[in-house]
Amino acid sequence: MSIFSPQLAAKLDALVQKYPVKRSALVPMLLYAQDEIGYLSDALIAEVADRIGITQLDVRNVATYYSMLRFKPAGKYNIQVCTNISCMLRGGYEIFDHLQHKLGIGHKGVTADGQFSLEEVECIGVCCWAPAIQVNYDFHDDLTNDKVDAVLATYKAKGDSKNA
Amino acid sequence: MPKLVSHPDEVKVISKRFGMGAANIDRYLELGGYESTRKALAQGPDWIINEMKASGLRGRGGAGFPTGLKWSFVPKQSAKPKYVLVNGDESEPGTCKDHLIFLHDPHSIIEGTIIAGLAIGAKTGFIYLRGEYRYLLEIMEKAVADAYAKGFLGKNIFGTETEFQVITQSGAGAYEVGEESALMESLEGKRGVPRIKPPFPAVVGLYGGPTVINNAETIAAVPHILQMGGPAYAALGTERNGGTRLFGISGHVERPGIYELPMGYNLHKMIYEVAGGIRGGRKLKAVVPGGSSTPVLLPEEIVNLGMDFDQVGKAGSMLGSGGVVVIDDQTCIVEFALRTISFYQHESCGWCIPCREGTDWLKKSLTRVHAGFGSVKDIDNIQYLAENMLGRTFCPLGDAAAMPTIGFVKKFRKEFEEHLDGKPCPYAKHVELAVV
Repeated sequence: MSIFSPQLAAKLDALVQKYPVKRSALVPMLLYAQDEIGYLSDALIAEVADRIGITQLDVRNVATYYSMLRFKPAGKYNIQVCTNISCMLRGGYEIFDHLQHKLGIGHKGVTADGQFSLEEVECIGVCCWAPAIQVNYDFHDDLTNDKVDAVLATYKAKGDSKNA
Repeated sequence: MPKLVSHPDEVKVISKRFGMGAANIDRYLELGGYESTRKALAQGPDWIINEMKASGLRGRGGAGFPTGLKWSFVPKQSAKPKYVLVNGDESEPGTCKDHLIFLHDPHSIIEGTIIAGLAIGAKTGFIYLRGEYRYLLEIMEKAVADAYAKGFLGKNIFGTETEFQVITQSGAGAYEVGEESALMESLEGKRGVPRIKPPFPAVVGLYGGPTVINNAETIAAVPHILQMGGPAYAALGTERNGGTRLFGISGHVERPGIYELPMGYNLHKMIYEVAGGIRGGRKLKAVVPGGSSTPVLLPEEIVNLGMDFDQVGKAGSMLGSGGVVVIDDQTCIVEFALRTISFYQHESCGWCIPCREGTDWLKKSLTRVHAGFGSVKDIDNIQYLAENMLGRTFCPLGDAAAMPTIGFVKKFRKEFEEHLDGKPCPYAKHVELAVV
């Protein structure tokens, strides 16, 4: 019995078939499973280990290496702020400060309602359109504090409408 | 969504289909797509490799190794399957060129992968994208599915006897995985730490088989080279530096963006004319010419500097990934050096002691100096530490951290000294870095 939705379970079934060696599916499988569950829970790790045919310890050993994989839940919308050199030069830290103030949380914090979490991250590959943030997998570039407010409002509205 | 920019000096080869809807396979075919693959299938491996050698194309990931030569190193006979691996784990700060290729022209990467496979006798190609590029992975996956549907990938590609499969792969956040052997480890479902070389990937690579690994931009150039002919492509660039390059210009310029310019294009002109000069009419303080790992250059060093691997190397830096980062005179170089080294400290895989411990000590020392608590001895130590990391690690990450640090201290020592003895930083607002 899978802990994943039928759609995800089918996707993961296809994923292990895709590569010459089953284990090659491990990293993307963890990421896709995390997208659905929210973090790498014990149950998630157990099922992924089973699907690949390796030990849970082996899965944890690999998972701890990759910065996008997490062992605690993030907010529904995880905001990642790049402050690396190109973003730093064009106000990445100001954006990060603004978001900390606006959300009332710090680095790796989660808002009380679980809607948003915030992280300062390394380069996200949007250097020429800096400063940039990534909300879950969506990029928002060429930002100012005002634009950040508008971005936040969009996600807030999305979150509210889904909760209603 | 990344904005496209343009300038009359651009020579659009790789970027010629940007903004034209070429992610759609029918549109790509209208624009002459997949003709090079058909030509490559008809002409065979020796022709492909000769054209690539004649093109003078050098690896766009940063190392600048001649691509045709790299392909020719793969043994003709092999008991194990051979592979092509496309490195789209673009993570070097200052670099975002591959982003646009995946977004606007994913089929050029598929074509390049097939052609590289034909050249070395591989039946499978992998396209690996960094995990953060999920929307680009979806575009790439759609392009791959469309190519299968048209019969351009699969058992009998283009109606021939040839088989070629393409498999996409997602990373999950690790700069180190951009190093070729760490990339293979990651693709095999392991921690992305580098392998000891030799053996080199061309002989023992992915799953133990001979493997060619190329940066996404290198691979995207391949179909264009076969279309225009190797010598014609070479003629666009300079001696031993064939063709054009996607230069990313970021930081304090008026018009940051990705511009495709001939190899050897003057850096001063690139900043002041192509990218519109320094933002707000300020003065130029320094330039990082090819991504965060390349040593900094002073304004007087770029006046006559042509952007190719040899000229930038001669000037004491590296062309690297072509990610030009422009720094104005309102910027604290010590803070910039600290932010750079914080990245390498965070991303060191921890495999080699000089890199793991060295980046950590460099970060601590730079933090102390920047906060005004350092001494002259700290500055000397920073340089000493960095110099002792050079060449002492399995992969280039240790060098990538050490080289820019040495450059910052050497060229801006006075500014480091201005931070000593409890003096506050004249520029900075951000002493503490949250990233740990």
